[in-house]
Amino acid sequence: MSKEELLAAMSESVIEGEIERAEELARRALVEGLDPLEAIEQGYARGIREVGERFARGEYFLPHLAMGAEAMKAAMAVLEPELARRQKERTTLGRVVIGTVAGDIHEIGKTLVATMLSAGGFAVTDLGVDVPTQRFVEAVREEKPQILGLSALLTTTMLVQREVIAALKEAGLRDQVKVMVGGAPVTQAWADEIGADGYAEDAIGAVQRARQLLGLT
Amino acid sequence: MATIQLRLLSEEDVRRILEEAYALLEEPGVRVYDPEALEMLEGAGARVDGETRTAHIPAQMVDRALETVPRSFYLYDLQGRPAVHYGGDDVHFDPGSAAIYILDHGSTRSRKPVTADLVALLKLADVLKELDAVSTALVCSDVPREVSDLYRLYLALRISSKPIVTGAFAVETWETMYRLLVAVAGSEEALAARPRAIFDVCPSPPLLWSEITCRNLVDCARHKVPAEFVSMPLAGATGPATLAGSVVQHAAECLSGIVIGQLANPGAPLVWGGSPAAFDMRTGTPPMGAIETMMIDMAYAQVGKYLGLPTHAYMGMSDAKVVDAQVGLESALGTLLAALGGINMVSGAGMLDFESCQSLEKLVIDHEIIAMVRRFLRGIDTSEPSLGLEIIRQVGHRGNFLVTQHTRRHFQKELYLPSPVIDRDFRQAWEDKGGLDASDRAHQRALELISVHQPPALPDEVLTELEEITLQAGRPYGLEHLPVWYG
Repeated sequence: MSKEELLAAMSESVIEGEIERAEELARRALVEGLDPLEAIEQGYARGIREVGERFARGEYFLPHLAMGAEAMKAAMAVLEPELARRQKERTTLGRVVIGTVAGDIHEIGKTLVATMLSAGGFAVTDLGVDVPTQRFVEAVREEKPQILGLSALLTTTMLVQREVIAALKEAGLRDQVKVMVGGAPVTQAWADEIGADGYAEDAIGAVQRARQLLGLT
Repeated sequence: MATIQLRLLSEEDVRRILEEAYALLEEPGVRVYDPEALEMLEGAGARVDGETRTAHIPAQMVDRALETVPRSFYLYDLQGRPAVHYGGDDVHFDPGSAAIYILDHGSTRSRKPVTADLVALLKLADVLKELDAVSTALVCSDVPREVSDLYRLYLALRISSKPIVTGAFAVETWETMYRLLVAVAGSEEALAARPRAIFDVCPSPPLLWSEITCRNLVDCARHKVPAEFVSMPLAGATGPATLAGSVVQHAAECLSGIVIGQLANPGAPLVWGGSPAAFDMRTGTPPMGAIETMMIDMAYAQVGKYLGLPTHAYMGMSDAKVVDAQVGLESALGTLLAALGGINMVSGAGMLDFESCQSLEKLVIDHEIIAMVRRFLRGIDTSEPSLGLEIIRQVGHRGNFLVTQHTRRHFQKELYLPSPVIDRDFRQAWEDKGGLDASDRAHQRALELISVHQPPALPDEVLTELEEITLQAGRPYGLEHLPVWYG
């Protein structure tokens, strides 16, 4: 397989949502000495952008989006150690740390936003669900993301979004990161009330808002 | 007259669904986050993995639980009359529960509800006679969150005489809600003998009982307070994309609930219920008005009936944001299908926007739908010795049946005569009355009905006790006074 063929296959694996194939191609890239950065940018990221565009055009649906992201994630897991070894970093629009707040185990909405941000060119660290407040604070301190995303599906756990913002203030980190909130019960009014920087109603809107927050519109 | 029923599955289908559900309970089993319930399961023969808090439940345990769970029970009104029969193919309706928004008439935006909204809704639901029960339909934003569940029950007990569909948001508040019910019933024994309320308990898909909901289930069972499972696979997201697959998951979750409930107290009344939904693959929303949502509901209810159990479903709802054409079509479809499925309690009247927003106007419109559906269920009366021959011969070719005793005798039971919410005027008359649309007419009717509501006469000592229990629970969170709006 030529380099061009390999890159095209990587992109295709994301578009087709073939998780194992994406991972296998990443391994092959390493064996063949392909620059991991090139594999990401010219291969997988091109694929995920195509997935996002197809979704926006109404040709693709959420399962395509979610599986495309999974495929990309699987490939990144293979390529990132090599990237680190070469002391290189992917050029992205910015770094996002995202998670569902403590007490809330709902995953789908948060993962979709993470996927769309990733498809939109952000480097995303997904902390998962039921994330303790302090874990968010540590992640902001250590990973220095430009954006922190807090998800909550329940009216009861929505209140934890406020707690995370308070904890960031206490740790002296609040001015170093833009906080975005989302989830079914969350509204712009709630975002304003708790002093979040951004809110969007859905995953596509979240990407636009994230770009705005970083002055990239 | 034929029996009016609609079944989507063959008996063979139902058996296969149950077979797979039983197999799921063995492997991968059910996650149970309440330590006591997990211990009970282990003691009764389940293989338990303490680390992942998973119970692998063998088939014999399920069969044993199915032997003791009641096939039928009643909810009673304030006067102690049986008002809702959970069992057989009897169909009842109540307003959709626990909305976090309300839609003001004339507005296209929803807002957070306050006490006055729930009071109005409860009064309306109490007056609307096709509603067999009220529900704690709104979460009031003007009271502390920690007691917002029990506060709803307090209001329902003060305002309505009907049975109540409710639920607790925490472990501790369940106890307070139980005390409120006991206060009105007179004693624990009286409440157990004539339960007034049923609690929704919601497993988390797939196959998980959170600590709160599992505690609520166990507490209900121990005190013989009826509980209905609200199992909610989201087809393609938190459950399989196939409708049959989601019904399997639903069955497994309900069966595990029956096992837990019957271990806590054999004979405890439980209901095979749910709120599953199709998953919209464009927007990621759970459309309650989707035809596939209704198909899953009908199918799981059929599985419950096969086991001989009482059934419940969240149906008759719409995902529209205002009271528009989508509201009418989705609610009518769901209500009719639920009735054809013989579902014992159909929760959903008034509900918009994916089970999140209540509307008084929709409640009034849904009331008309329910009345029509009930008429439909009565079917076509063929009990007269002469169906038509005699009267048609008698009238002959003159053709005016309006002036016969036969018409006078029959029309009122043959026809449902709708309220003015349903427009059947000649155009000129409609225009003369202001040319109002259904939503406007429903608004007028809602206001009229609310104004004629009379709260039940509770003895003074019961009122005092209700207030004390509620305030005692609320004070630590800043609830100092109860509103004065009734009387």
